[in-house]
Amino acid sequence: MTRTRSLRVDRVACTGQGLCAELLPELIDLDEWGYPVLKGRAVPGELRAHARRAVAACPRLALHADRDRP
Amino acid sequence: MTTLALTGSPLWYASRASGTLALILLTAVVALGIASGGRAAPHRVGRFEIGLLHRNLSLLTLVFLAVHGVTAVLDPFARLGWAVTVVPFGASYRPLWLGLGTAALDLLLAVIVTSALRRRLGVRRWKAVHWLAYAAWPLALFHGVGTGTDTRLPLQLWLYAGCLGTVVAAVWWRSAEAGPGRIAGRLLTAVAATAVPVVLGAFLAAGPLQPGWAQRAAATTILLGGGR
Amino acid sequence: MNSSATAALSARPSAASGEPRLLAGWYATGRPAALSDHLGRYGPPPVPAGKGGRTSVPLVEAVEAAGLTGRGGAGFPTARKLRAVAERRGRAVVVVNAMESEPASRKDQFLVAVAPHLVLDGAVLAAVAVGADTVHVCLPRDRTAQYRQLSAALDERRRARLDPVRLRLHALLHAYVSSESTSLVRWLNGGPARPQGSPPRTHERGVDRRPTLVDNAETLAHLALIARYGPDWYRRAGTPDEPGTTLVTVSGAVAAPGVLEVALGTPISTLLDRAAGPTDPLRAVLLGGFAGTWLPAAHLDTPLARRDLAPLGAAPGAGVLVALPRAACGLSETARMLAYLAAHSARQCGPCHFGLPAVAEDFTTLATGRADPGLPARLRRRTGLLPDRGACRHPDGAARLAASALHTFADDVGHHLAHGPCPAAHRPPRVPVPPATPPETWR
Repeated sequence: MTRTRSLRVDRVACTGQGLCAELLPELIDLDEWGYPVLKGRAVPGELRAHARRAVAACPRLALHADRDRP
Repeated sequence: MTTLALTGSPLWYASRASGTLALILLTAVVALGIASGGRAAPHRVGRFEIGLLHRNLSLLTLVFLAVHGVTAVLDPFARLGWAVTVVPFGASYRPLWLGLGTAALDLLLAVIVTSALRRRLGVRRWKAVHWLAYAAWPLALFHGVGTGTDTRLPLQLWLYAGCLGTVVAAVWWRSAEAGPGRIAGRLLTAVAATAVPVVLGAFLAAGPLQPGWAQRAAATTILLGGGR
Repeated sequence: MNSSATAALSARPSAASGEPRLLAGWYATGRPAALSDHLGRYGPPPVPAGKGGRTSVPLVEAVEAAGLTGRGGAGFPTARKLRAVAERRGRAVVVVNAMESEPASRKDQFLVAVAPHLVLDGAVLAAVAVGADTVHVCLPRDRTAQYRQLSAALDERRRARLDPVRLRLHALLHAYVSSESTSLVRWLNGGPARPQGSPPRTHERGVDRRPTLVDNAETLAHLALIARYGPDWYRRAGTPDEPGTTLVTVSGAVAAPGVLEVALGTPISTLLDRAAGPTDPLRAVLLGGFAGTWLPAAHLDTPLARRDLAPLGAAPGAGVLVALPRAACGLSETARMLAYLAAHSARQCGPCHFGLPAVAEDFTTLATGRADPGLPARLRRRTGLLPDRGACRHPDGAARLAASALHTFADDVGHHLAHGPCPAAHRPPRVPVPPATPPETWR
């Protein structure tokens, strides 16, 4: 059984580059200044690959998909 | 002039071609990196695509650099050892100019390895190493111009000019786009970016474009690393 | 136990709710308690024998049974914090948060002034309980008199060889967010006094990378009394859900503003009466502080307790109560407070960097009356995007204030939009707000 993951934004590191919202629009919106708004924290199974890509794309390494504690 | 380019083994051709391609790719990678750092947001292209292209082209650059290095070492004419690919300024053939290329490769390897490990290193350490790319690119350019068997070909010169123009324009754009503040840093950046073509132009006029450069380049001995 | 301590025990606050506990000495003597006064009243802190041991479970259990919650504003169960730190490996650190950056609050300053040794006892007892060898006491730099007083109190204790742990006093810059627990930890580690959002948490790796307990000064003073008199005594005041007393700073349109100690669950109207009652008919009260909630005057009978305030979207917070008279303009008061909160953000996260100043600006426009019809919707949207999106709870608090003002002063919003600013908008402010200038340094 694989553990579920939840999104977390390191708000201090985030500079509102907005790549995450391009790669994961299902879970991430941007506010009017380009900073992410999480629509939901839990990453559904079908979005896991997309979430991974969004995490990898963040130039500030501010997006994390943390493994949930069982 | 064409005769100049038509000497040597197929390996030699492969080495020159892959080196030139690697320089073009590296230029594109640097420009894309500057673009994504400066929040370029073209209409039809996603910002993540710039980042992805930056990453994928950098890996492709590495492939061409590998071909460039391997073919150069295998080519019987220059008689280079494998050490040349990692240890700068130790070559028997045009030590200084070849050494610049080796140094550039080492820096790029550091940049790529730290990028692969950036989640573990943290953004600050990763970025600190990533700045080395700005040193690697001019090293690669001078390596090409100085070693280059093809430097005197007009097409090759146009290529160098194109590469220079791309990166200098990207740096200028970036320092203009950075917005108010950090004036000293931005001015310094713009001046440094402008200095590269000036120095390169002067160097070309004094060196590679003068007759007899091949002999002089081969004879350039340097203190650092003690080329033979 | 010597006779004077027994006398203190017999004279300790009775079961009747509202009897002072932390301020008992102050009410009895009317002067700040020196170490001799303190020891005479309470005796030495009951540090368990064999204090070299890992943790003193009885104290953590007593605090848990007492149901003590943090008095810095968040109201987190203190026993859970103690346990989290005690369970980590390695020597822990205790940080006393006496920063009190909330502009409408005076209770920690007052408590530290009149009963410094109660706070320090609590810090030392907590340190022994979690296995710490150092206590850092954090004060804002601009309270120089308090710094001198507290450092004299520490000297007294040192001379009396009272404490099995090291106590150190620090003076930090005074900004709204520099009292956040992670700000204190960063500052003590040589960094800026700005909040840190990402893990590891303070209880895992804080000061000097050691497990760190950060508690509000008042919380620790309560802990010092629980250690002496036990959880049953503590529970004799307050409600079964929220036992004990709490310090409240009452200000605004009341006859005798000041710091009071009341049992949790005391109705807000009773609190106002304890401050000699309102001077004017009231419009609303600001509850919890600048990061708090406007409570309409119709709800003044609500008890001061989380459970009763939660349905109204309010909380006791850091125990702040500001009475706003009917003649004042709640929107302009809120606009000034928001401008202050925006200026005092750490400017680290997007919501505080852009969202909060935009909300403050919208509010000023609304209050001073040049608002376009689209403003309320925009303000609500921007306010809704502040909470839960910062490294700390600063944007959440500002959003709470803005949202509650829009709700409580809904009539005024309509009036301001239709007719421009009300006459009260240009009168001097009723809620004193420090200048909305950003801190010059974070060190």
